[in-house]
Amino acid sequence: MQRQAVLSYESSRQKRGITVMVILGVMIVIAFIISVNTGYIRLTPLELLNTMFGRGTDKQELILFDFRLPRIVISVLIGAGLAVSGAVMQGVFRNDLADPGILGINAGAGLMVMLVVSFYEATSAAPVFLLPLAAFAGAGLTAALIYVLAYKRYQGISPVRLLLTGVAVAAGISAAMIVLTLRLDPDKYQFVATWLAGSIWGTSWKFVLSLLPWIVVLLPYVIYKARVMNVLNLGQQTATGLGADVGREQFKLLAAAVGLAAASVAVSGGIGFVGLVGPHLARRLVGPKHQLMLPVSALLGSLLVIVADTIGRWILQPSEIPTGIVVAVIGAPYFLYLLARTKS
Amino acid sequence: MNQQATAGNPLLQGTEPVKLRSRPWAATLILVGGLIALALGIAVSVSFGAAEIKLSVVWTAVFHFNPDITDHQIIRELRMPRVLGAALVGASFAVAGAIMQGMTRNPLADSGLMGINAGAGFALALCFAFFPNLPFMYLILYSFLGAGAGAGIVYGVGSIAKGGLTPARLVLSGAALSALLSALSEGVALYFQIGQDLAFWYAGGVAGTKWFQLKLMAPWVGAAILGAVVLSRSITMLSLGDDIAKGLGQRTNLVKLAGTLIVLVLAGSSVAVVGAVGFIGLIIPHLTRYLVGVDYRWIIPCSAVLGSLLAILADLTSRMINPPQEVPLGAIIALIGVPFFLYLARKERREL
Repeated sequence: MQRQAVLSYESSRQKRGITVMVILGVMIVIAFIISVNTGYIRLTPLELLNTMFGRGTDKQELILFDFRLPRIVISVLIGAGLAVSGAVMQGVFRNDLADPGILGINAGAGLMVMLVVSFYEATSAAPVFLLPLAAFAGAGLTAALIYVLAYKRYQGISPVRLLLTGVAVAAGISAAMIVLTLRLDPDKYQFVATWLAGSIWGTSWKFVLSLLPWIVVLLPYVIYKARVMNVLNLGQQTATGLGADVGREQFKLLAAAVGLAAASVAVSGGIGFVGLVGPHLARRLVGPKHQLMLPVSALLGSLLVIVADTIGRWILQPSEIPTGIVVAVIGAPYFLYLLARTKS
Repeated sequence: MNQQATAGNPLLQGTEPVKLRSRPWAATLILVGGLIALALGIAVSVSFGAAEIKLSVVWTAVFHFNPDITDHQIIRELRMPRVLGAALVGASFAVAGAIMQGMTRNPLADSGLMGINAGAGFALALCFAFFPNLPFMYLILYSFLGAGAGAGIVYGVGSIAKGGLTPARLVLSGAALSALLSALSEGVALYFQIGQDLAFWYAGGVAGTKWFQLKLMAPWVGAAILGAVVLSRSITMLSLGDDIAKGLGQRTNLVKLAGTLIVLVLAGSSVAVVGAVGFIGLIIPHLTRYLVGVDYRWIIPCSAVLGSLLAILADLTSRMINPPQEVPLGAIIALIGVPFFLYLARKERREL
């Protein structure tokens, strides 16, 4: 009897999850169509279709394939990457407020990107594939630093100390960046300033290519680890009792999360709050099981970034508002709301 | 010497056991020595810059001003206001921090961390956008209102939550609010194309300080610091805990209201002059408590002196790192402040 009930509950969850994913998919497609139409030159849906199948004018092709499409694809990828990265961090640290932006991981990646950019021309071909690697190194070092600083003997890592440490490290890195930017020449300075505000600046297929392998490898890996994450959620002792090698699994998952965040940050600058909002909404929609929660987070993150990017391009035409600013305006109040709801 | 000794004072909890006492001699020494150091610091700071000026010239520029000499002009119009501005701002952020830490018994309280600076900054962004030619007097006023709104939101979010206003919650809600407000300010700046005016504000710069700003700000800051000294005895009581203060016959709500107003005036007027400089209010009160003990009658004046010193030194450093370009003051102080904050966060033994 009971087993029946559990099974039917499970399958209803499953159904609900699939429904949510389909709806999100449709919303992303709608956002995509609106986003392609947003900008200085309008493309009607019909023109869009024609252009997609190679029957548009040269000008339409240029706008669609060289400017808008790569940007939208990048929005989708970084949205998914940041959201899943946040989901993993929240799971591993068992802290609802964890997010690569708040923990300073994004800032660390940014510092490294800035150092690389100050050696090369930002848009030349050489460093494009270097950037995600540099960002990964920076993010990894920052994560290690935060871990060491927040770790106390006999106590391990307390979720709260971790957040405080992250906030402080992020502040320190931002200050260091400001000091370093002054040594750059003006156009590079402009680039870094835009970057810091969280502007999707890598808007060409090169950047899509440099980002793609990271997302394509790490996203499925994390989803494949969903069951392990469910077990980790039960707490250290229980997870160990159930036969999970907690330390090792945590390390692997965190490395994947850092990789996802770093690759996303490398092409989009400091966009915060996606990793916070995505997983939370996902949990509210489909519950805490990671098998469903992770893909839904990814879709929500993508949707959030596309919408924010479109709003940023549309609201002050012809000038743009950096995507990160739009996301912060949506995400920060949500964070405050969560903070008011959580127990200490 | 163990937990017993430190149990009474939450600010000392989790630190090494310290005898709860004040050190008036140490405090007097800091006040006298600090003021001398301050005078020296101001003199050195005024003489140092793109154009080297001898200290003797500084002396004559101040006391026997001659408008025909270029160096005198530089000192009078550029360097003096800047250095005095740094001193005033340092004192006021430090005193604001000391009052907040004493009243809330929260070791991580600081106007920068608590969204007060960000609130003031956002109010200023709005002023620049909608009333570009607003007199400075009104800027201070709106900045003060913005500071109040920022503090209100951070406090509100922290208080609604179950488990009340823990230090960590205050820091986190402050961080989120600062992110939100700086994003909004940046949006406003982009829309109205006033990024240039706002840029030095956000990084915290004393370079643009003018005499008239100082003249307007000094009475506010002076009055607020005096008020803080008057209030200091009550703050000492509050720092022992609300119940004890009430038991000693204090009207705690009245003291808290007065203290909050003083903090808002100090932070609001300072942000209006130099922008969002964080961490002075975090570092200095801790250092002062370590030096002079737990009596706020000593802590507040000593914080003011040490805060001024720190700001002047940081300003000097910001000009020495990469001349002729300047590093924003806020960045320099953050580089000192962050490690200190981390150390505090590690020390904290209570449930954060």
